[in-house]
Amino acid sequence: METFAALGHGVVVALQPMNLLFAFAGVMLGTAVGVLPGIGPALTVALLLPITFKLDPAGSLIMFAGIYYGGMYGGSTASILLNTPGESASIVTALEGNKMARAGRGGPALATSAIGSFVAGTIATIGLALVAPTVVDVAISFGPEDYFALMILAFTTVSAAFGSSVTRGLTSLFIGLALGLVGIDLQSGQARLSFGIPDLLDGVEVTTLAVALFAIGETLSVAAAGLRAEEVIEPVKGSVFMNREDWRRSWWPWLRGTALGFPIGAMPAGGAEIPTFLSYALEKRLCRKPDEFGNGAIEGVAGPEAANNAAAAGVLVPLLTLGLPTSATAAIMLAGFQQYGLNPGPLLFTSNPDLVWGLIASLFIANGMLLVLNLPLVGLWVRLLAIPRPWLYGGILVFATLGTLGANPSLVELGMLLIFGLLGYVLRRYDYPIAPVVVGLILGPLSEQQLRRALAISVGDPIVLFQSPIALTLYALSALALFGPLIFYLITGHRAPVGADED
Amino acid sequence: MKHIVRGALLAAALALPFGAASAQVDELKIMAPAAPGGGWDQTARAMQQVLQGEKIVSNVQVMNVPGAGGTIGLAQFVNADKGDPSALIVGGYVMVGAIITNKSPVTLDQVTPIARLTGEYEAIAVPADSPLKSMEDLVAALKANPQKVSWAGGSAGGTDHITAGLIAKAIGVDPTKVNYIAFSGGGESLASILGGKVTVGISSLSEFDAQAKAGKLRLLGVSSAERLPEAKDVPTFKESGVDVEIQNWRMVAAAPGISPEQKKALNDTIAKMVNSQGWKDMLAQKGWANTYLAGADFEEQLAKDITATKAILKDIGLAQ
Repeated sequence: METFAALGHGVVVALQPMNLLFAFAGVMLGTAVGVLPGIGPALTVALLLPITFKLDPAGSLIMFAGIYYGGMYGGSTASILLNTPGESASIVTALEGNKMARAGRGGPALATSAIGSFVAGTIATIGLALVAPTVVDVAISFGPEDYFALMILAFTTVSAAFGSSVTRGLTSLFIGLALGLVGIDLQSGQARLSFGIPDLLDGVEVTTLAVALFAIGETLSVAAAGLRAEEVIEPVKGSVFMNREDWRRSWWPWLRGTALGFPIGAMPAGGAEIPTFLSYALEKRLCRKPDEFGNGAIEGVAGPEAANNAAAAGVLVPLLTLGLPTSATAAIMLAGFQQYGLNPGPLLFTSNPDLVWGLIASLFIANGMLLVLNLPLVGLWVRLLAIPRPWLYGGILVFATLGTLGANPSLVELGMLLIFGLLGYVLRRYDYPIAPVVVGLILGPLSEQQLRRALAISVGDPIVLFQSPIALTLYALSALALFGPLIFYLITGHRAPVGADED
Repeated sequence: MKHIVRGALLAAALALPFGAASAQVDELKIMAPAAPGGGWDQTARAMQQVLQGEKIVSNVQVMNVPGAGGTIGLAQFVNADKGDPSALIVGGYVMVGAIITNKSPVTLDQVTPIARLTGEYEAIAVPADSPLKSMEDLVAALKANPQKVSWAGGSAGGTDHITAGLIAKAIGVDPTKVNYIAFSGGGESLASILGGKVTVGISSLSEFDAQAKAGKLRLLGVSSAERLPEAKDVPTFKESGVDVEIQNWRMVAAAPGISPEQKKALNDTIAKMVNSQGWKDMLAQKGWANTYLAGADFEEQLAKDITATKAILKDIGLAQ
């Protein structure tokens, strides 16, 4: 009961007109920067930090919360309409979302993403308010060996879910894994595959690769097809909003996405990308019309979008309860807290309850505000697709380049954007899937680091990988994902509805 | 594109009247060779705020060039800002190590050091239920079997790793045997310490402060010469018989090839900033220690740090 009283008090703090204004400014800014690829909420909060010092702590933290949630919304809009993922967590959204947008169903795609984000954000924020201390204990108990098992699960489910051919999917995945090796190796401090180019020492930026492969690669394909291209982009076909069928198909993916996103987001090394991959794979498995996946299945938008917003709230769990910043944005919010002499951590909830509950309440308000702002805009956004194609793609090219260069003004970065864009074109031309390349770049380095940490801690004894119950459970799930369809086939004599029959 | 912009800025700077003989600095551009939000960026922006707020310099710009422990920014600074009396770069001890391990083509010898501004000390922490109660226990465990002691800290070759290597060396343990586990962010490494996944954690004191106050972590020692006011009951390494003292400092340097007068003007400007009330307030607000050191003293300290760092990185096996 105490929690609800505290939360109620928080709502009163957040509902003060001045604070509402800060929340509004935050969500507007956040949406704007989320749309631009490369420039994310982390950069925006960092740049605003010195300015907000003059404001009161509650107001500026509320604004940061707005930017944070707004960035997540903006990222999906660009993914769906322009096939240009603004954030690495919205890459999966582009897969089905953009297909839907081209088939005139951009409205429902944007709507399911906005409502799904709202549902997931709300449930996850409730989770943050009620069970943060419990969740964080579980999250902390994850060791490197458990994270490695989680990565294995992500690899097995994701590789089963992308593309029409296993060989082609694996080829793409390995390109991504190779790109993931570029740069300074964290454990040894030595440079790998950087060819003496200093700009490569920090490795390949995920958003640069994603924007290049998705947006630039596609622009090149369209240009190469020239007048031969017959595909017509229809801005709107049917209802702009979701119909009854869309609602029915979105509801469960929202909840499942939330269930994946919140706990994984709360893990110190979880992040927002992995739950989106898992959610996509899961929805594809469970979907009654699996052949729609790859051609614009609404579940493939609803699930991952809910997952990434739930993960965004999950990231705040270790930040508020332990003072652990586990994402770039969280690290900068921590700097924001410290600017006011507040130390997030075990003592924050007792030493500054007003502020913490005010922040949590403002997350609810930011979430509601985003829904109110975004839904009416859906009709306007989809008109973007009515722009004649040469202009639309010209615009996408400018937009992708500016966003990437804005985040990191370097010639090498621009070169990478173009080279990966060409790679994206070649992959498309020969019918290799694009997404596994990005998946490889994200999961490769994570799994490598966790494996090496686990082995270093055990002084080289591989048994450690199979000793923890968490890891064993995750391995069992991976085995199920890999062999489940085969077993299903052997037992029933029928092919599994999805999965094994893909090659 | 950037070069064009820089060229334009340079041209604008050159076009300023040279007649102004006074050593007044009217404008500065400070490069933070890191992404927004980190320590160097915060230092650069704190300088900007105080220099402008105290009306010491009217126009101060901050630009970020992130990457590779600051060496990418440093290379750009040395090449593009040569001889520009209004260009400053923020850097720190991490850069010293990064230059060596990344085999950076440019080094700190190529910039004009102005002053050390702030610094933080390293601390060693264990979970509250760890059998290690003191620095002496840790030393005994290291001597028994260094590989059984896993250390969580920042990236390989950084200040945390260097400190761990120095401790091993100081107690006569082979530094290459240090079982150092690198984590990419403070949060991740702290989580592994709290979760008891590693034996000890090593990082700057401020990272552990909140957890230690809450009783979740125990601090075994700090790398300062004297006990620190914010952790009075934590002994220094030296008190525990481990002869290691290290400061993760942050500094500001000017471009190569500026005249002695220009250097003096910048020195005076920074001295004025450090002595201002605004800077004192800023340090208090950020919780940074004032470790201001300028002129020949700083240059001597810098040279000493570079030599010592080269030696220890060689000992750890990260540099030839």
